Amino acid sequence: MATTLDHTWFMSRRHLRALVRQPAYIGITIVQPVVWLFLFGSLFKRIVEIPGFGAGNYIEFLTPGVIVMSALFSNGWSGMTIIEDIDAGVMDRFLVTPASRGSIMNGLLVQQAVIDVIQALIMVGIAIAMGARFAGGIVGVIVTIVAGILLGLSFSSFSNALAPLLRTRESVIGIVQFVTLPATFLSGAVMQPSLAPGWIQTIARYNPVNWAVLAGREALGSNPDWSFIGIRLLALLILAVACTTLSTLTFRAYQRAV
Amino acid sequence: MTTTSASRAIDARDLTKTYKGGVHALNGLSFAVAPGTIFALLGPNGAGKSTTVKILTTLSQPTSGTATVAGHDVGKHPDQVRRAIGSVAQRSGVDRQATGRENLTLQGELYGLRGRDLTVRVNDLLDRFGLTAAADRSARTYSGGMERRLAIAMGLVHRPQVLFLDEPTSGLDPEIRADMWAEIARLAREEGLTILLTTHSMDEADQLAQRLAIVDQGRIVVEGTPDQLKGELRGDALQIQLGAPAPNGEVHAALDRVPGLREITLDGATLRARADNAATAVPPLLSALDAAGAPVASVTIARPSLDDVYLRYAGRAYRAAGTEGAAQ
Ligand SMILES: Nc1ncnc2c1ncn2[C@@H]1O[C@H](COP(=O)(O)OP(=O)(O)OP(=O)(O)O)[C@@H](O)[C@H]1O
Ligand SMILES: [Mg+2]
Repeated sequence: MATTLDHTWFMSRRHLRALVRQPAYIGITIVQPVVWLFLFGSLFKRIVEIPGFGAGNYIEFLTPGVIVMSALFSNGWSGMTIIEDIDAGVMDRFLVTPASRGSIMNGLLVQQAVIDVIQALIMVGIAIAMGARFAGGIVGVIVTIVAGILLGLSFSSFSNALAPLLRTRESVIGIVQFVTLPATFLSGAVMQPSLAPGWIQTIARYNPVNWAVLAGREALGSNPDWSFIGIRLLALLILAVACTTLSTLTFRAYQRAV
Repeated sequence: MTTTSASRAIDARDLTKTYKGGVHALNGLSFAVAPGTIFALLGPNGAGKSTTVKILTTLSQPTSGTATVAGHDVGKHPDQVRRAIGSVAQRSGVDRQATGRENLTLQGELYGLRGRDLTVRVNDLLDRFGLTAAADRSARTYSGGMERRLAIAMGLVHRPQVLFLDEPTSGLDPEIRADMWAEIARLAREEGLTILLTTHSMDEADQLAQRLAIVDQGRIVVEGTPDQLKGELRGDALQIQLGAPAPNGEVHAALDRVPGLREITLDGATLRARADNAATAVPPLLSALDAAGAPVASVTIARPSLDDVYLRYAGRAYRAAGTEGAAQ
């Protein structure tokens, strides 16, 4: 246990260092959510005027949506590191050391969680600068970030599970992107699902992206319904555990095939 | 009573490995390595060298067979094996986004080194492998030779008893290769390390290894000291290039009459044979071939080399086997 924690820290540090050394990547990671916030914010500004939309300020409505959406987009890339490490022989090198097996995956998840938090804080700051006011305060922001991280853990684990099976960047990114866009737009991230056609509402109800968005939005509003939030966070946690288990299984399959 | 493995740093018995898809990479491979010695596995592409190393370093499980390394069973106690060994795989496994120092430090940390011990060990290794000046540069900027030296330093960070080097000098220029040989020899001589290395190069095995085994198609075809193997091949090797491919039967019939000629093989237009004294064997050989209607284009005479050992035991020329392997 102590070893797993130690080793998770070593592996996370390795990934975070590599991240810091790629200014272009950092730039994109920061700029992309900001662009979304401005883009959707301007594009759909007047959407709140639709009768029954139920929110007064679109940026306030949009912020948890874009936070969750950014987490989804960046976490999908997680598996790329696994493919690079397998191709470079780094993975096999770790596997012949006493490195805790769990720490290899954990390090990737920690890296993604750090990215999620940084992106979320930037977006909250910009939203406030654009005039948004979050009644839910700090607690609301924390819940939104936690919801984003939980969804992110599921999605990076999904990407991590695909990587050792498919072994090529193109196929992993292809599948990840195939999932990302529909999952975002079949949720309440940028739009009120109650205004969408019935079938979209049905899908949204079972869409984990929607669970995360609704939990965050509820927590950022006034008088949050904590059981509404709790149930969604719990569902996200269960999904995250299921996806990490899946990634552990496909990683074992890789170990058997070398 | 079974033989104790205490006197053997590596003991592989009847290893077989069938990969998914049905490739039989190992077909009952056995060998043993005495502590403090260098042992070379020599063989063409696809012979099963890396597969053997992967099994002995706990990366991969054999389909059947057993092995102990540093006295620990690789299947039953992989954790103990991992602590006792260092491994430099064919793909070096250096993290190219990190600096040399960071690579070494992380490697040390994974083996439980911490704090001052770790710093001192890392600095020593950087120094010893001539990487001090480049220590804080990203490994992406390293030359092939530097990357290989870093990989070996990483394999040594926890002071292993047994070191595995899978093709440690492939792709290095002759000068760097000679330095690498000197370093590998020193590790065994001065630090008592047991080293298993794999190579395509007869020279390398001859230079470095106390014992070597030739691997072909997943088995060991012959094993011994370089001198033993060369000694078994009495006499000089003759390689005769015919003007055109000739029928096997006629050539053999013609050469049977030449005294002192042995181990005659014909491969297209290339004829190989062995003679106690090439100088006396060549003139009658030339006239016999001429008489048989197979004129000679050139004749080469060589002292026995490990290449010949390979030819003799694997039953085909080393290079030919190599291209077959690569084409699989
Ligand atoms: N992971 C794998 N899955 C399926 N087949 C494999 C795998 N690894 C190796 N093989 C096959 O097993 C055989 C032995 O391969 P191995 O890598 O052990 O050879 P080698 O002697 O190291 O060759 P080289 O000199 O080219 O490195 C080859 O036919 C190879 O294609
Ligand atoms: Mg190999």
